Formats: sequence, C-alpha cells, structure tokens
Amino acid sequence: MTASTTAASSVERELAAKALKTAPNGQQLPVRAEVRARKGKQPAWLLAVVVVLALACGASLAVGARAIPLDTVWDALLHFNPAEGNHAVVHARIPRTGLGLLAGGALGLAGAAMQGVARNPLADPGIMGVNAGAALAVVAGIYLFGITGLGGYIWFAFLGAAAAAAVVYLLASMGRDGATPVKLALAGAALSAGLYSLMNVVLVSSQDTLDRFRFWQVGGVAGRDWSVILPGLPFLVVGALIVLLSGRILNGLALGDDLARGLGQRVGLSRAIVALGVVLLCGSATALAGPIGFLGLVIPHAVRFFTGPDYRWILPFSLVLAPALLLAADVVGRVVLLPGEVPAGIMTAILGAPVFVWLVRRGKGVSL
Amino acid sequence: MARLSARDLTLQYEQRRVIEGLRTEIPEGKVTMIVGANGCGKSTLLRGLSRLLKPSGGAVTLDGKDIRSRPAKELARTLGLLPQHPVAPDGITVRDLVGRGRYPHQGFFRNWSHGDSSPHDLAVRHALEVTATTELAGRNVDELSGGQRQRVWIAMALAQETELLLLDEPTTYLDLAHQVEVLDLVTDLNRRRGTTVVIVLHDLNLAARYADHVIAMKDGAIVAEGSGSEVITEELVRTVFGLESRVVPDPVSGTPLVVPIGRHHYPHAHAAHDRAAQDRAAQDHAHAAQDHAAQTHAHAAHTAEPALEIAS
Repeated sequence: MTASTTAASSVERELAAKALKTAPNGQQLPVRAEVRARKGKQPAWLLAVVVVLALACGASLAVGARAIPLDTVWDALLHFNPAEGNHAVVHARIPRTGLGLLAGGALGLAGAAMQGVARNPLADPGIMGVNAGAALAVVAGIYLFGITGLGGYIWFAFLGAAAAAAVVYLLASMGRDGATPVKLALAGAALSAGLYSLMNVVLVSSQDTLDRFRFWQVGGVAGRDWSVILPGLPFLVVGALIVLLSGRILNGLALGDDLARGLGQRVGLSRAIVALGVVLLCGSATALAGPIGFLGLVIPHAVRFFTGPDYRWILPFSLVLAPALLLAADVVGRVVLLPGEVPAGIMTAILGAPVFVWLVRRGKGVSL
Repeated sequence: MARLSARDLTLQYEQRRVIEGLRTEIPEGKVTMIVGANGCGKSTLLRGLSRLLKPSGGAVTLDGKDIRSRPAKELARTLGLLPQHPVAPDGITVRDLVGRGRYPHQGFFRNWSHGDSSPHDLAVRHALEVTATTELAGRNVDELSGGQRQRVWIAMALAQETELLLLDEPTTYLDLAHQVEVLDLVTDLNRRRGTTVVIVLHDLNLAARYADHVIAMKDGAIVAEGSGSEVITEELVRTVFGLESRVVPDPVSGTPLVVPIGRHHYPHAHAAHDRAAQDRAAQDHAHAAQDHAAQTHAHAAHTAEPALEIAS
C-alpha cells in the first residue's frame, strides 16, 4: 500500500466514525449496521410477505357483501354443497381470488422488470404502450366486430397489448444504440397518446360501445370465471418464468449499458428478453382484469424497502406483495359502499397511494 | 508484444466518421495513456477497443482474434472496462456494487450467496483491500465522496479480475489529490498484477508522469506514440492542441511538464533578466503613477482615463 492510500484510509476511518447518523428520536444509528440489518434478512421478510398474502387470500374468500360465518366458509371449501346458498357464494369468490393472485402477481413482476429495463423509477407496464394498445383493441373489438363479454375481450386486449409493445420496441430500436430506456419511454408515451386519442374518437361517437367498454376499462377481478381466466394462464406462467429468471440481467442493466457490456452482458438481447416477459405478463393481466395502473408502479418501490436494489430479491417480493395489495383492495372494495362495489382497479390506488406516500416520506431505500 | 491491437480500425457514429483506418498496438503489461484535444476521438478509440462501439471497418483483436467473434462473457473475463460516468443503482452498498464486477465469472444458476472462502468472495475482499475501501463496504455508494466513489468503481473493475483494464477519464471531477491517488492506485495494479492498463486522460502532465506509453491523437488519427518524453514536446502540444507552451522537466518525476502559454503571459528567455526588467518596470510605473496623480489633480475635469490607469 502506498503512503497516499494508507493516509486516505485513515481519513476514511474518521469519516466512517462521523457517519453515525442521528435518528429522529435522537438515538445514534450507525449507518453500516443499518444496511447490514437489511442484508441477510430478506428470506424472513419474504416469508412475512407470503403470510400477508395468505391472509389476503383468506379475506378474499371470507369477506363480501353477504356476511358468512368463518366456519361456513371453511366448510364450503372442504365439503362443497351446491345446494347451500352460502357455499355457492363462497365458491363464486374462488375464481375472483385466483384472478387477483394472477393479475396482481403479473403486474407486480412486470412493473419491477419494467423499472429495471427502463432504468426509470416512474416506469410501469403502461409505459410500453401496453394499456393503451389493449384498450384500443377492446374498443375496436366492441365497435367493429360487436364482441360482447370478457371471453372475447381478452383476446383483443392481448393482441392489442402485444402489438403496441412490439411497435414501441421497434420505434425505440431505430437509430444508434438500439432501444435505450429514454427512447423506450418516449416511444411508449407517444404511441399511448395516439392510441388513446383514436380510442376516444370511437367512444365519443358510439354510446353503446362506451357503455360496454366501461365495464372492462375500470379494471377489476369480479365477474370473471375460470373459463375466462384459464386461457390467459400459459402466457402468465411463461412471462413469470422469464422475468423471475432475469434478476441478474436486470442487476447488470441497472449499471448502465456501457458497464453492463463491459461485464460481458449482451444488453440488447437482455432487454428484449425481459421486455418479452413484461408484455406476456401485463398483456394477459390487462386482458383479464382491465387496466390496473397503480400496482406496477408502486409495488416495486415498496419492495425496495425490504430488498435494496438487488433485482434477484425485488422480483420475488413484487410477485408476492402485489397480489396481496390487489386482493386487499378488492376485499375493501366489496364492503365499503354496500350494497354496491368499488372495482379493485380503483380501490388499489385509493388504498395504495397513502401507503406509498408514507413509505416515500420515511425515505429509506424507496427512492429507486 | 501486444495482446490488444487495432487493425485498420474505422469507427463512426451514424454518418459521422470519427476514426478511419487506425492501427495501433497496446503494449502488454504497460500503462498506456491516450491524450488529445476534446473531440479528437480518444474516447471513441477506447470505446472501440472495449467493444462498446462496433467498428464499421477493420477490427480490434485480442491475442490475434477479433474481439467481436468471442463470447461476450469470456471476453469480459480478460478485458475490463470502466466507462466515463458510471452510475450506481440507488441504495446499493459498496460491497454489493463491487460484487457485481464478478458477473462474467458467475454461471446462470450459481448466482446466490457464496461462502466466505469462495473465489468470488475472495476477489471482492481483495478488490476492497487494494482500493482501501474495505472500511466503506457496508456504506451506501450514494453517501460517498467523489474520490471514494471512484475508488469503489475501480474496486469493481478489479473484482472482474481481468488482465487488461480500460479506463475512460477516471479522474474527471476529482480534485488534484484524488487524481493522483487514482493514478497511483492504477499504477500499483499494473506493477503488482502486471495488468495492462489503457487510460484516456486529459491532463498531459499526469499522463506523462504515469504512462509507460503515450498515444497522442488528433482528428481521429494517431500523431505520435511512444514514451512520455518522446511524445510530449512543445511541438506536439502545438500540433495537437494549437497551444504554445514550454515543456520543462517535471521537478518531481523528471517527465515532461507542459507549461502552457496563453495570450496574457509572455515568457522571457532568461528568468534573471526577467526579474530585473520587471523591477525596473515596477519602479517606472510607480514614478509614472505619481506624475499622473499630480496631473489628474490639476485637471480634475478630464480625469477619467488617467485615473483608471492609476487604479490598474
């Protein structure tokens, strides 16, 4: 070690000593201990989040407009008797809970991956033009082809989402450097604006289309049975596998293109693979549950509170926490305006926003 | 003996050709510095050498093979790179960031935590030690000073354990002490591990001092190449930067020291003569000032100009 570096390290020691942060309550918190407290505890936190999700699932099965005693709920799950009214009600909540799990998990994962690909904390799946593409396609399906019912919508929504994402990706890939985060965001924003305008042209001119479209557009998990949900399942599973295995890729991309290339990563290919996973996930989630905007943006932020910036943890946490929030929002939405219901897509933002603001105000590890 | 070389390399951005038909060899086990004016193509050359920029003609070869024909990860185990303005993910700790330098050594499935004695952990610990950042390991990178942060980035490049390391202006935005510290560190690395280092550097004097080999560029071409004292001359500074200068021996290292001459300072042949002349001038000025003062007092109505003269 040269003299200068040794001298420097003693300076650092001083700095480290000075870096004792004073907590708001006056207590001294050593910075390093604080960081270390987060490290190594992720598995425990993940387990806790899984428990929260299980509770949310339970609530989703047990709570609703019709008050059903817990033991009847239990009974309905284990010894289903179609003749009994309460049992039928509980059974009707099963696909709804299933869709909440699937759509929530998909949107959480897709949001985390999208923020990684775009290197932008404000990125959410919508930034790829997915929501706009799906919405326009559904409107076109209703208006041009007279499609009715969710079973028909989801194919249009899925095709629209995939087509929009492909166009955004192609636009962003043109020119030097390929699909950079900024070009992706710009192309996505521009295309979304264009698609929404087209959609509004149709909706303004056709009251009938508007009425039917609104049901899909608010975003929710109610009223979809398994025959609608199951066709989306393969896309969700493939998308989830692609994204869950991309943790290291996203960690590399987070360092910037140059550095990622220097570390031997094939940046263009990596980004394309993750983007494919994102489109599969949020294309099918949007098709099934309508555009639910808030989850993909907020969940990855909240998750960083537990995980720090390591995508190998951010992804599984997002997968588990997002459906917990979506299900909780759906449950609250069922009972908050009796006898009516507030769709989960709306309730998510109402419940999530204050939590999000609180997290950001606490300001620890939530920034990006 | 060179492992890394450019053969008739042509590099361009879109339609703008920056470098055409460039040939050079990077001497093995040496510290090479690329110098030149802004926009001369030195960073572009480094981007070409480090495969960030695809050549539109010619090739960059490593051990005789085109670097683009080699698998990216395999290449990354031999050739490391630190770009000009790397950005750390928010909230990442020093240890985690340095650990990401291990990427090219890790397989797809062996990506979770390792034991304390694993080669990955050893490499990270060693990189922290060499750069004197062990103490910072648990800190967030955002909290560090510019100098500390640059050492952490170099630690990350070290953890990659490559035999060649390319650095693009690693001292930008650092104060003088930290510039010297970073270059000392890189020199340590070269001397101890025999790492071949290529650095794009703005500061001619530090380049002359730390380089074994200097490549001077102008308008996308190499104008001179060789040891610091061969390359860095008054004539080269004139050619490359369009700047008149004096090049004197660095009193510390004996390497060339460029003293620039601007429009406001004129060098004189003999320092002693200079001083005498200056003293005389100062005396004259003092007398002149007294005279002026008397005059201005007399002609108070028209004093604007002489008064200014006295003030200056």
